[in-house]
Amino acid sequence: MSVFLQYLANGLTMGSVYAIIALGYTMVYGIAKMLNFAHGDVIMIGAYISFCVTSYLELPAIVSVLAAVAVCTALGILIEGLAYKPLRQAGPLAVLITAIGVSYFLQNAAQLIWGATPKNFTSIVSFPVPEGLRAYNVSAVGIVTVVACLVIMAGLMWFTGRTKMGKAMRACSEDKAAAQLMGINVNRTISMTFAIGSALAAIAGVLLCSYSPVLQPTTGSMPGIKAFTAAVFGGIGSIPGAFVGGILLGIIEAMAQAYISTSLANSIVFGVLIVVLLVKPAGLFGKYVPEKV
Amino acid sequence: MAVMKFLRDKRTRRDLLTYALVIAVFAVVYVMQANHMIPRMIAGQLVPICAYVVMALSLNLVVGVAGDLSLGHAGFMSVGAYTGIVAAMGLSEVIPDDGLRLIVAMAVGAASAALAGFLVGIPVLRLSGDYLAIVTLAFGEIIKEIVTCLIVGVDERGLHVLFNLTGSLSVSDLNLAEGGIAIIKGAQGASGVSVISTFAAGFLLVMVTLVVVLNLVRSRTGRAIMAVRDNRIAAESVGISTTRYRMIAFVVSAALAGAAGALFGNGFSQLSATKFDFNTSILILVFVVLGGLGNMRGSMVAAIALTILPEALRQFSDYRMLVYAVVLILVMIISNNDTLKSAAHRVASRFASRRKEVGADA
Repeated sequence: MSVFLQYLANGLTMGSVYAIIALGYTMVYGIAKMLNFAHGDVIMIGAYISFCVTSYLELPAIVSVLAAVAVCTALGILIEGLAYKPLRQAGPLAVLITAIGVSYFLQNAAQLIWGATPKNFTSIVSFPVPEGLRAYNVSAVGIVTVVACLVIMAGLMWFTGRTKMGKAMRACSEDKAAAQLMGINVNRTISMTFAIGSALAAIAGVLLCSYSPVLQPTTGSMPGIKAFTAAVFGGIGSIPGAFVGGILLGIIEAMAQAYISTSLANSIVFGVLIVVLLVKPAGLFGKYVPEKV
Repeated sequence: MAVMKFLRDKRTRRDLLTYALVIAVFAVVYVMQANHMIPRMIAGQLVPICAYVVMALSLNLVVGVAGDLSLGHAGFMSVGAYTGIVAAMGLSEVIPDDGLRLIVAMAVGAASAALAGFLVGIPVLRLSGDYLAIVTLAFGEIIKEIVTCLIVGVDERGLHVLFNLTGSLSVSDLNLAEGGIAIIKGAQGASGVSVISTFAAGFLLVMVTLVVVLNLVRSRTGRAIMAVRDNRIAAESVGISTTRYRMIAFVVSAALAGAAGALFGNGFSQLSATKFDFNTSILILVFVVLGGLGNMRGSMVAAIALTILPEALRQFSDYRMLVYAVVLILVMIISNNDTLKSAAHRVASRFASRRKEVGADA
């Protein structure tokens, strides 16, 4: 039983990281309707920034997180403005390939700046975990990750539901032309969405590398893909869906690694995704829109 | 007379020109290769280029002609590559001739990839759009991980296959008889493969693929597939079975990818299990999109250019992949931005009208 709870704790931690990434993914997808393959690489950049601030400048951890968030937010706006904005009228495939180009660019730029050898990331949080929890392999990073994930989800729900900007985002994701007619600045709203998504990616990057400390230029790509899977799993475009999808994905992955096979863990995660999509084609929380003739 | 009528059809002329161009390029490269005029770096890429051209053509059938975005095409290449390698190694006694053995290996690769394509297609083709894309991505990763778990060897008693679920098995668990060889060794992939793929074989596969793809697109089946792509509901309403025609495109594409995989796999003495991952699928998708959806000639040009480009950029050494990424982004923006496109269009139409005037004078 206690072994099971240990695996569950691991699953929850990874799941929360996936959920934070998936929240960013789902925001961007909801509004721009594009698979932003560069999202995973923004995670990696965020982790590198945090690594540099703590290791080279020797500033406190919280400053490094803020720096990572600031840099990634700027990066997100920059990527959107330079690469995606000129393609607003183009087909989805053109945007997809451009996103892949941006992803290559970020990975190779990171490799040039920081080298291909993995960096050893020191965890940004360290506080004593109560004795009772430590028996279940609960780490300080784990607690912080789960709490951060809950806070971010609640914050996003409030933001999209109550604030003017959030409502503008929802309007743009429903119908861009109608939103524009209502006086919403669509371009600014999209930039803002990318800024939020990238800021979340920075936080996810720092937490991811605090949990599994190997940092290299390809660190972000697999978690990025899995988080996108999580977002689809929960119903893409839905904030609670991304949260639930991320957590479930993390738990399924941890259980598959523990009880079935380490080398087939990803296959099992993807297998569950396929089954879910066959039963519920719009994901767990997605709205199913019937086609009209 | 019949020939004249046949040639008067614009699409037939275009297809014949495509064949002629491919044959011409092959002839030139073949002569250059025979005279050692090709840089060593490119010469080593000739077989992979042929495999990538076939991959691009086959993916274009799914993405461009059938309109289904597939992100797991490398998975079928991997199925074809490993079954092709096993077939070629296993039959080395039965069929001593390298060329014939390669053809058998490609046929085996194509058949097994077609089977995989059919099995994957059943769930995948119930979905559409981004959901379909993400499920093909998932299948690509699943195929990759399953290959990582395989241990295959051959001896005089036949083929031995182990599935290394827990990671505790190794080649010695195959219990091969003396003289037996291990072909696929789990995560290490295949090694000790006898290299039998040649540029000429690659060219033949490209020609076969072209014949299959171009004829399929021009046939009744091809028109049905495109009708489903353009308007699924309208196609259904005139009695076209959407799943059936999408499945035809998917399975044919998987079979061709399998043959390309067998060509690729038998072209190297070593092949790692993770070679055909998500990045390879994306690379092939880039060929297709850059070459133009549904444009077979474009796919071939893009596959060739983008395989040579990283080699040609070696003078930039560390910066080459960065330059590659920038080129990719710029090409996409320039070819898809409306403002830039209409500017290009104006220049082109001015040329066209001038040519027409010249034509009228003559």
